[in-house]
Amino acid sequence: MTSQNHAALLAGRDVRAVIIAGSAGGVDALLHLLPRLPRSYSLPVICMLHVPEHRESRLAALFSARLALPTREAFDKGQISPGTVYFAGSGYHLSIEKDFRFSLSCEPPVHFARPAIDVLMESAAEAYGPHLGAVLLTGANRDGAAGMRAIKQAGGLSIVQDPAGAQVATMPEQAIKLQAPDLVLSLQEIGDVLLLLEKK
Amino acid sequence: MTMPSSDTDIEIRLLMEAVYLKYNYDFRDYTGASQKRRVLHAMREMACDSISNLQSRVMHDPGAFSQLLQYLTIPVSEMFRDPSFYAALREQVVPFLQTYPSLKVWIAGCSTGEEVYSMAILLKEEGLLERTIIYATDINPVSLEAARRGVFALREMRKFTENYQQAGGKRAFSDYYTAAYGGALFDRSLVENVTFADHSLATDSVFSETQLVSCRNVMIYFNKKLQDRVLGLFHESLCHRGFLALGSKESLEFSAYAGRFEPLARRDRIYRKLGQ
Repeated sequence: MTSQNHAALLAGRDVRAVIIAGSAGGVDALLHLLPRLPRSYSLPVICMLHVPEHRESRLAALFSARLALPTREAFDKGQISPGTVYFAGSGYHLSIEKDFRFSLSCEPPVHFARPAIDVLMESAAEAYGPHLGAVLLTGANRDGAAGMRAIKQAGGLSIVQDPAGAQVATMPEQAIKLQAPDLVLSLQEIGDVLLLLEKK
Repeated sequence: MTMPSSDTDIEIRLLMEAVYLKYNYDFRDYTGASQKRRVLHAMREMACDSISNLQSRVMHDPGAFSQLLQYLTIPVSEMFRDPSFYAALREQVVPFLQTYPSLKVWIAGCSTGEEVYSMAILLKEEGLLERTIIYATDINPVSLEAARRGVFALREMRKFTENYQQAGGKRAFSDYYTAAYGGALFDRSLVENVTFADHSLATDSVFSETQLVSCRNVMIYFNKKLQDRVLGLFHESLCHRGFLALGSKESLEFSAYAGRFEPLARRDRIYRKLGQ
């Protein structure tokens, strides 16, 4: 698919936040996607990868050094700001409230994961409705499938990484099986679309 | 651009209002997303086809309310959760605590007691337990009863032991429990000076002066207004230069009390009350 086709598909969409989530292989995928975002990028980008429960997540610090955008860990009751990359920390579920603040919780793991992608996506679908773009990447778990379905049902844009090119195909496959997403794309194409989501 | 309230949101608000008016449990200032997940979970588990239906059952049957309460509160905890917090407590707070002839410690939102036993073990190893009164409070009577009993699942002991060691524990963790009642029964002497009490951070007031307040992973479920109320209680309860411990992702930074405390161990979320 060419960029013109994407542009046509995205016309009329008013995306105000982006979620990018994945599991096994996700760090490499994010290292491919996030550095392409320019310093002027205006949307908040909320990232979640499965990280071990009891290890302090260093993702925000790791990416901070490599990105043009300010990068930080999402904190409880923190307001979501434009042009900022957020990472979910370890050991807590991350949700988005209707006043566009983050909230954390210690509810039991979902699909053996805490943070769980479904929890983030289902709350974000409610908060943002049609104004959300979501990307589900490589992973070895079925977390995220229900969340992507919730986002699509709320009118948001759902993009799943093409399982053929994913390091681990399970996560994108499970999501596609549960609900056909708006787009199934390679990492390169996902990067192109992220740039198009911004309202010029 | 807040989304309009869905029927579910309206029903949850009405349920919380009913629970407050009927049972005086105040969940009205709890955070939306996680509360919604828990109410929907309760609705399914209690075989109700709508939240309004759940409300009607809870209104007319105190037993159903007691059941709902178990879903609304989150009894997920482990001993020595965040070992570096306990290490910081030991290294940076205990030296101050040792200067007091007697101590009062408040563990607010103690749930099923994992943190109470962790604190008691730490205080015992530092020679402080005998002169300390611990107030362990929670709103959930079922959790408080479990905390009082002090029996934890044996399968958890490996994790707890690992945490205890990382937290700088001075003995063998197994010295503190015996296998009994199908679980690990913790040494009763640890809780001799513990007062387990029903106390609501949302509606009750301060009951004692304390030197240390620990309230970890409780306020994340509260909105900012309720968080500020609770921090007000802690500020009032703490003695001059007393210590406040929060969960590893909680912070005073954006609260109304940011200027009333100073960080003592910033990463481990231990704060100290500032003098006036």
